[in-house]
Amino acid sequence: MSSHRLEIRVKPRPGLLNPEGKAIHSALTSLGWNGVEDVRVGKVIYVDMDADSADEALAAAEAMCRKILANPVTEDFEISTVGELRTEGARP
Amino acid sequence: MKVAVITFPGSNCDYDLYKAVQQVGGEATFVWHRERGLADFDVVMLPGGFSYGDYLRAGAIARLSPVMEDVVAFARGGGPVLGVCNGFQILCEAGLLPGALVKNASLRFESRDVRLRVENSETLFTTDYDVGRILRIPIAHGDGNYEADDDTLERLEGEGRVVFRYVDATGAATPEANPNGSLNNIAGIVNEGGNVLGLMPHPERSMEALLGSDDGVGVFTSLMKSLASSTTSGTQ
Repeated sequence: MSSHRLEIRVKPRPGLLNPEGKAIHSALTSLGWNGVEDVRVGKVIYVDMDADSADEALAAAEAMCRKILANPVTEDFEISTVGELRTEGARP
Repeated sequence: MKVAVITFPGSNCDYDLYKAVQQVGGEATFVWHRERGLADFDVVMLPGGFSYGDYLRAGAIARLSPVMEDVVAFARGGGPVLGVCNGFQILCEAGLLPGALVKNASLRFESRDVRLRVENSETLFTTDYDVGRILRIPIAHGDGNYEADDDTLERLEGEGRVVFRYVDATGAATPEANPNGSLNNIAGIVNEGGNVLGLMPHPERSMEALLGSDDGVGVFTSLMKSLASSTTSGTQ
């Protein structure tokens, strides 16, 4: 059993109005970045959890996303492991 | 009419619902979100507010409360459920109503009176209104922007399940009359069975002409009458 850090990116569905992204887009334009085509704001959730393997942690995170962390009507998600934080029994 | 008003940490319209039910002659009881069992009630109401601080998404945490299992069973069994504002958001998160409520297109918290057109007067909640009647009822929300996929939207419209729509003074559903960016100016919808209504505006805050409007009374009197007639027909 070791501790894994997961990075879960919850992203607004493409095509869906993203009012925060729109506001930031106009702020960027007003600062002179005229080439910005689109801005969308989502969120990143970090989860530290014990699991036997990175795969097991990833599977758990996917279940979390389907159950609560993302709303399937409006959001998509991506998950990656940031790395193994510590391994039990291997501490100095 | 025995009504359970479910109270979550962060609910703030629970007393308004309680008073509205009493005003039309119903009996209201507060049910804390950790309590279980709704078998003694005829109606369940989910109040507005900011349950769990709207963390993650509005309603996302509240729908995991112990009592929500009973609310889902109550609704699936055909029991009338009314969700106002945060209550509507919770019903969507719980899967009792389709779609989702996201941040207002204006990015502002919108707190003001709006006009609603009654689109369907045959639901349990709207028999005391005529179709096309324009109501003046307040809204107070930051996440009331109704979103759904194209198929869901088509079904809602085709099946007459859009119950209230944001309109202007002439009854037209214009972009200017839409306070939050909701698709098709949708303010309130019912589920497939017609027994679960969710709406962002607050009928329970429109109960006294002296205080600005009593246009919300019809939601509660309609429920009373619908329940009375179903009891009568059930005993025949």
